[in-house]
Amino acid sequence: MYKTIEQIQEAAVAEARTISDNEALQALSTRYLGRKGILTQYLRNIASLPAEERPLAGKKANEVKLRLEALFKEALVRLENRDAQSGPSIDVSLPGRRLSHGALHPITQITDRICEIFSRMGFDIAEGPEVEMDYYNFEALNIPKDHPARDMQDTFYVSENVVLRTHTSPIQVRVMEKTRPPVRVIAPGKVYRCDSDITHTPMFHQIEGLLVDEKVSFGDLKGILTAFVHQIFDEHTRLRFRPSFFPFTEPSAEVDILCVMCRGKGCRVCKQTGWLEVLGSGMVDPAVFQNVGYDPDRYAGFAFGMGIERIAMLKFGIDDIRKFFENDLRFLRQF
Amino acid sequence: MKVSLSWLQDYVDLKMASADLVDALTMVGLEVDAIWDRYEYLDSVLVGRILEIMPHPNADKLRICRVDLSQREMPVVCGAPNIRVGMHVAVALVGTQFPGGSQLQSTVIRGVVSEGMICSESELALGPDRSGVMDLKDRGCPGEKLAQVLGLSDPVMEIGLTPNRSDCLSIIGLAREVAAIQKADLCRPQICLPAGVKNIESLAKVTIESPELCPRYAARLLEGVVVGPSPFWLQDRLQSVGLRSINNLVDVTNFVMMETGQPLHAFDFDKLAQNRIVVRNAREGEEFVTLDDKRRSLGRDMLLICDGENPVAIAGVMGGLNSEVVDSTRSVLIESACFEPISIRKTAKKLGMSTEASYRFERGVDSKGTLFALNRAAQLMAEVAGGVLVQGVIDVHPGHAEDVPLSLSVEKTNRLLGTNLDAGRIADLLSSIEFTVQRQEREDLLTVQVPSFRVDVTRPVDLMEEVARLSGYDHIPTTFPESPVSDKPIDRCLQIRSRIRALMNAFGFTEAVNYSFISGKACDHLRYPAEDRRRRCVHILNPLSEDQGVMRTSLMPGLLENMRNNAAQQVKCLKLFEVGRIYIARDEDALPEEREMLAGLWSGLRSEATWYSKPVECDFYDLKGVAESLFEALRIEGIECVRMPDADCIELRPGSAARMLDGNAPIGIIGEIHPESARWLGLKQTAYIFEIDLARIYDRVPESKQIRPVPKFPAISRDITIIVDQNIEAQCIIRQARVQKSELVEDLCLLDVFQGDPIAPGKKSASLRVTYRSNVKTLEDEDIRSLHESITQGIMDAFGATLPG
Repeated sequence: MYKTIEQIQEAAVAEARTISDNEALQALSTRYLGRKGILTQYLRNIASLPAEERPLAGKKANEVKLRLEALFKEALVRLENRDAQSGPSIDVSLPGRRLSHGALHPITQITDRICEIFSRMGFDIAEGPEVEMDYYNFEALNIPKDHPARDMQDTFYVSENVVLRTHTSPIQVRVMEKTRPPVRVIAPGKVYRCDSDITHTPMFHQIEGLLVDEKVSFGDLKGILTAFVHQIFDEHTRLRFRPSFFPFTEPSAEVDILCVMCRGKGCRVCKQTGWLEVLGSGMVDPAVFQNVGYDPDRYAGFAFGMGIERIAMLKFGIDDIRKFFENDLRFLRQF
Repeated sequence: MKVSLSWLQDYVDLKMASADLVDALTMVGLEVDAIWDRYEYLDSVLVGRILEIMPHPNADKLRICRVDLSQREMPVVCGAPNIRVGMHVAVALVGTQFPGGSQLQSTVIRGVVSEGMICSESELALGPDRSGVMDLKDRGCPGEKLAQVLGLSDPVMEIGLTPNRSDCLSIIGLAREVAAIQKADLCRPQICLPAGVKNIESLAKVTIESPELCPRYAARLLEGVVVGPSPFWLQDRLQSVGLRSINNLVDVTNFVMMETGQPLHAFDFDKLAQNRIVVRNAREGEEFVTLDDKRRSLGRDMLLICDGENPVAIAGVMGGLNSEVVDSTRSVLIESACFEPISIRKTAKKLGMSTEASYRFERGVDSKGTLFALNRAAQLMAEVAGGVLVQGVIDVHPGHAEDVPLSLSVEKTNRLLGTNLDAGRIADLLSSIEFTVQRQEREDLLTVQVPSFRVDVTRPVDLMEEVARLSGYDHIPTTFPESPVSDKPIDRCLQIRSRIRALMNAFGFTEAVNYSFISGKACDHLRYPAEDRRRRCVHILNPLSEDQGVMRTSLMPGLLENMRNNAAQQVKCLKLFEVGRIYIARDEDALPEEREMLAGLWSGLRSEATWYSKPVECDFYDLKGVAESLFEALRIEGIECVRMPDADCIELRPGSAARMLDGNAPIGIIGEIHPESARWLGLKQTAYIFEIDLARIYDRVPESKQIRPVPKFPAISRDITIIVDQNIEAQCIIRQARVQKSELVEDLCLLDVFQGDPIAPGKKSASLRVTYRSNVKTLEDEDIRSLHESITQGIMDAFGATLPG
């Protein structure tokens, strides 16, 4: 047995130096500091010393205990560092095991974005049939049969009274037939026109918007659409409202934005005009209100519509509308 | 509508640069689609100086000129009598597009190369002279552009008119808008008719038998005209807007139509039987040969212009060959009339002929401009074709309507537009385009008389649009509506649909969007039997092609076609999905049923080959796993895939097809594409596909969730391995295992299925893992021993199973 605390410390230090693995270190630590360890024993024996020696012996023993604890921790760290370095070394440049993910169609992405913007402005979302009555697609919108305005849209017919909707505007009528003002709704969906070339596909997507209330003005139409354009493009996008004609709005306006490609200098995309047409809009024609039983003297409203492909093409730099429907993975995976 | 600025200038003094004019017109609603210079074709016509004239070796009348073009010299063969050495001439280079339509080619004229052409005035459409080449009288230097030297520039605008603005289908109409923009005056042409002879009343007669289709018919007569080419100024005007010159009489009718918007027709008066015009409906099946020498079969709702015996024109659409003005014509009857727009539109549509006249009539012509145009034409014809005007005018005017003024409220106008315009300003704006405005006693109201050429303005709101348009949309303040916030909940279906897309995306599927119309043949390719509801297609009457002839009744044809196209691009692992509607026809004239579907397709590899895994072909269970994961993520429980009886497998391969059932309700199908369909569709590899009815999914997504407490005690699990007949489905074994209803059984799952050595042929081994847990204590082996044995025994008894080994 060790005579003095100094001897205990000395022996422990010497043993610790020769330790080469975790188990031995653990055993060493137990042998000195464990419940029945040498140092523990020694501490316990202090109680039997004469009273005047006890404080000094206790102090010394505790110092040694702390020193040994530090010593064993040090030895542990040394062993861990040694083990860490001797572990296997891998090629971190190999690709990881990826999880596959798909892509959402650009039309879906733009539609979602537009719906989100209008939702924040308090618009609800509505949908309607794609195979539609001539009445809803045309007549209720103040486009009677044999009106030259029908030339503006090449229609697919299913029967004399049934068409593939040529715009999302019939949803306006269906919504108004079902609800009383105030109405604040947008309606995305597929539309169809018999036309096919680099800028036209027989099916494409539109979003319609409608706001009806007692005090709604053309100025409000400008406000909402300006806010929209600034959000979907950016807040510096200049826009202009230009008189136009739609049978279901009066006054009517086309909304042009300064060409996003050339910033107004004139290029192929804007046909040298510096402007791009992105929205059709106007104040709801009183004839439409009459068709749905709204009092045109009491209510006013505005409606607007836009082609989603058009906006997607501008935002993503797509030059051929047909690409949207070829579903070529090399195209779709980029979104 | 095309308009040249030189012609426009006749009626309004243009003070703006053409670029500003383009902008200003666009901003009042007359969108300028394009602008170009009508002398662009002169770009390759240069000034040349004749250096030398040599005789042509093979032709007496031709000579070879050596022409100096500054940068180079070239030989030009020329037959003109007036050429001389040192003369400055107009030389068209190879490639020049002449106004007549021909393009100059490099030619060999009788064995001598000619690299250009020395042109006459007439050849360049710059004047009438065709007697010799243009003598530039020493103007310009060799090599300079002719247009520059002569100061030739005339911008032409193409205006995309909206269908309501028929008033602008005329140069005067456009000039009126320009005058309003510039706050300038509009100068109408002054008409000064020569003194007439005789009296038209005694020579000709007009009867309208169908007054509802022809509210007005006016005519004048000229005698002793000489038909011939038009003077240069007239040809030039027509040419500037892209019209061809025919002869002096026809050119005048076209000129006046362009000028005033009123279509006119010139009849050879001597060919009109009984010297009469009768306006009547056609008889069913009546035939008529139009000016373009085509025989047309007519219907009862079409309006005809007839002489005393036969039709001579289809009213408002096209004249007839039988009364056409020809070189021998001596007397001409000029028609200026109003026809009912819808009738003209229907007629033109049915006959498939849209003419400059029908285009204007169907949009509405100025009912008070009839005589002005008629007189203008009479004056010009007398001027350009000689002849003597017959005294008087026939003007049959059965449907004369009173002009009703409109009442416009200043307050309502401002409310609709969000403006603050006063009555004076509104009156000024409307007056600038010839509306007559009077203040009423009540300060707020204006009485507005709409001019007859504005057939589109019939209501106060139409006047408000004019006010908005003329004051400028840019000047309307931008505001926000005061409307209450929406209290409607967000549509659940839309939310779930969006979630489904996001999940499919996360599972590695890329979204496709296909046309809603497909080929009718797809029903055959997918082997639909005759009574299959997916054969109830909505047919399109006027499809762009047969391939787009019917509305789809399944999303599969689209995805399978996408697969074929992508396979051609060496895509090895294809995972596509689509969310979209299908359309099932109902009764005639009822709208079809539109159902929203989700389809998913997986073909090729499970995943691309990588350094850590070998490429493996995907299979049924890969796709089934996608569907199951989708339902799980949506918290839908209880949807099962049940083997589809072979007889019911249509587009899917028997033995590898299943129905998805929610209880007993079918919600979709899943399986491998049938090899016959794959062949029809040109697929080189197989594909797994599912199609799910989303309406049924939306109903099944729980609206709210209640959580279960997290277990406090550990679970223990025990495995059962049995050997059963290979035809016993896994689902049956699991269902049997669940027969023992105990609260202690937390989960049952299939660990392993194995067929082959050492298992006997016709048999398979199946391993189940049962997880037990109590919510009151930590389970010990003895707590579950008898339960586990009874579950095992239950399965063994149910399927005659044995234990392995």
